[in-house]
Amino acid sequence: MYLLYILVGILLLGAAIGPVLYWDKGRRSLVLAIRSLWLHKMRAFLSVLGIIIGTGAVITLMAFGEGSMQEALNDIRKLGATNIIVRSRKPPENSATAGRSRVAVYGLTQDDYDHFAVLQQGGTITRMVPMRIFPQEMRRLHLMWTGRAVGTTAAYAEINDLPLALGRFLRPEDEENHDNVAVLGARVAQGLFPFENPLGKTLKLGQSEWVVVGVLKSRTAVGDAGGSIAEDYNNDVYIPLTTCNEHFGSIITYRQAGSYQREQVALSQVTLTVSDIDKVRSTGELIKQILSRHYKDDWEVSVPLDKLEHAEREQLRFLVLLFVIGGISLLVGGIGIMNIMLATVTERTREIGIRRALGAKRRDIIWQFLIEAVAQTSLGGVLGILGGLCLVFIVPPVAEWLWNYTPPTRVTALPIILALIVAVGTGIVFGLYPAYRAAMLDPIEALRHE
Amino acid sequence: MADIVRITDLVKIYYLESVEVQALRGITLSVEEGDFVALMGPSGSGKSTLLNQLGCLDRPTSGQYFLGDEDVSEMDDDQLSEIRSKYLGFIFQSYNLLPQYTVVENIEIPLLYQGIKLNAQTREWCIHLAHIVGLGDRLDHRPMQLSGGQQQRVAIARALVNNPHVILADEPTGNLDSRTSDEIMERLQQLNDMGKTIIMVTHENDIASWAKRIIRMRDGRIESDERNLHRTIGNKLVKMDGFAGNGFALRPAGL
Ligand SMILES: Nc1ncnc2c1ncn2[C@@H]1O[C@H](COP(=O)(O)OP(=O)(O)O)[C@@H](O)[C@H]1O
Ligand SMILES: [Mg+2]
Repeated sequence: MYLLYILVGILLLGAAIGPVLYWDKGRRSLVLAIRSLWLHKMRAFLSVLGIIIGTGAVITLMAFGEGSMQEALNDIRKLGATNIIVRSRKPPENSATAGRSRVAVYGLTQDDYDHFAVLQQGGTITRMVPMRIFPQEMRRLHLMWTGRAVGTTAAYAEINDLPLALGRFLRPEDEENHDNVAVLGARVAQGLFPFENPLGKTLKLGQSEWVVVGVLKSRTAVGDAGGSIAEDYNNDVYIPLTTCNEHFGSIITYRQAGSYQREQVALSQVTLTVSDIDKVRSTGELIKQILSRHYKDDWEVSVPLDKLEHAEREQLRFLVLLFVIGGISLLVGGIGIMNIMLATVTERTREIGIRRALGAKRRDIIWQFLIEAVAQTSLGGVLGILGGLCLVFIVPPVAEWLWNYTPPTRVTALPIILALIVAVGTGIVFGLYPAYRAAMLDPIEALRHE
Repeated sequence: MADIVRITDLVKIYYLESVEVQALRGITLSVEEGDFVALMGPSGSGKSTLLNQLGCLDRPTSGQYFLGDEDVSEMDDDQLSEIRSKYLGFIFQSYNLLPQYTVVENIEIPLLYQGIKLNAQTREWCIHLAHIVGLGDRLDHRPMQLSGGQQQRVAIARALVNNPHVILADEPTGNLDSRTSDEIMERLQQLNDMGKTIIMVTHENDIASWAKRIIRMRDGRIESDERNLHRTIGNKLVKMDGFAGNGFALRPAGL
């Protein structure tokens, strides 16, 4: 993959240099340029250092920026750009009402859900996936596993990327028939059925028995739209929402921090899919209006599209910043080149005079110095790109070793191509004036120089 | 023989901070093909200025200059460059070789600007010229590794590479001791024997005595112009045999 990009780069450079090589005078100028650069290796290297660092920085930053941005965007896309996620949120504990045996009642209610359903009838919402999620102990013979029960509908599979290892996911019939069926997350299946195929076997959730109809493959945790709380799905057990409510009732009791918590949350989350991406935001506002009837601050609405756009804006900002950095360093590099070329022209005034006396036209002199400048900057560009790519390869393993974190990288052809073009362009822009100065020298004056 | 150089009433004025310096005050001069001219005169008399005019390195303030059939005084910079590259050969007092080039590459330079493709044949021609000036065993040396006389011989070879009509030399022996000077003058005389027109600036009488014609200048004017009746003649070296026949066919029609 990376090799491909390097190949593309080399090809491009070839395309740039090819015609020059084919053209006899161009080839001679290039050979001459490389020779006179070779004569002052250190000076040439130092003078293109700006270009090298500039292109290298842009290539490296682009690769890391693209990588992390891509990761964030992928996360958001997994959540679905046309989705609206409505969650129940435990309101801040009020010390006056915080009783030991009190039941915490909060979050989305069936009433809210029915209101959303009106929108679905109107056609703005094409799909609603309710979820009731709570911590649950699961038993199988003498084995026990602590995970989460997720009461939901078959549509859950449509909004999540659910790779099945065995069997099937929940189906609409399961709900209609109020079946005690369960689909296990990968880790649950491993924990409760270490040596056997769980399909058709039963497990105990609370007091009731459930038949396993499917097992999921391991799912990677998805960050909350690029945020920090990644949900781990592998400890989940999926059961039909209808059956769930029948068996567990409205109040869930679970141990937390040494005491029993009692909560009444009808729905933990509802994911709504909007028919049209243009209606996502207005629908989100509508949902918020519906929920604003709650007396408590016990809900939140998140619109991945907002975050997607936010991330894209962020990416744009990053790009602008990068262009500014790249532009500045290339400007500095270009001025370095110009400076050194002007010095070269002065230093070689006599040579210019000699060449002019021996028949060189002004444009021959221009070409000579221009090609020399471009040879320097494009060489600097290539070195910068190679250096940048080296960093892109070296940094992730080093970061992994130092901080156990692999920064995502993504090398794309565009910055490489751009860097090459800009390097060549810098040579032309900043080489032109010194070359012009050289060409305009009076041959007699030039011959008399020194 | 036909005149290869004809200048009429050539004036060159330099303007130095509103001060007029009349370097040439109306020079009229013809040089016939195959002549060997020495330009003499005191310092500041305009010898170099005249030679630069003849070498198309500069344009006159007024007056006319015909090189062969071409009116050079009317030409622009590009055309003058072309004239220099095709018809003229230069030999300088300070050799003016390019230090980063080898002997052969230095000889090759004028061909770079002729718009012809350099190939094995042109390379061979340059090597041949290096042999002619006695540097056949120094082809890959750099100027730094050569003595002054040797460097000037490279310059002579370079002045020959485009098979020019006129060779212009500004004090070609100015930096050389008398023995080496004679050696260089002998080479020039041999070139002249083969028909090359040579115009040479010098202020030394014994160098000028190699020429067929001596022009003396003073204050931008020609003071005297006479045939050299006491010409120094060097060895007619057989080394130069075959040179004329091997010439590079660059001579265009009309000149
Ligand atoms: N580029 C120039 N600018 C101004 N004056 C010049 C320039 N070149 C030559 N001169 C003047 O023209 C006169 C002739 O100079 P030059 O031809 O070099 O003399 P020579 O070669 O005979 O010593 C001198 O007075 C010199 O100062
Ligand atoms: Mg002089």
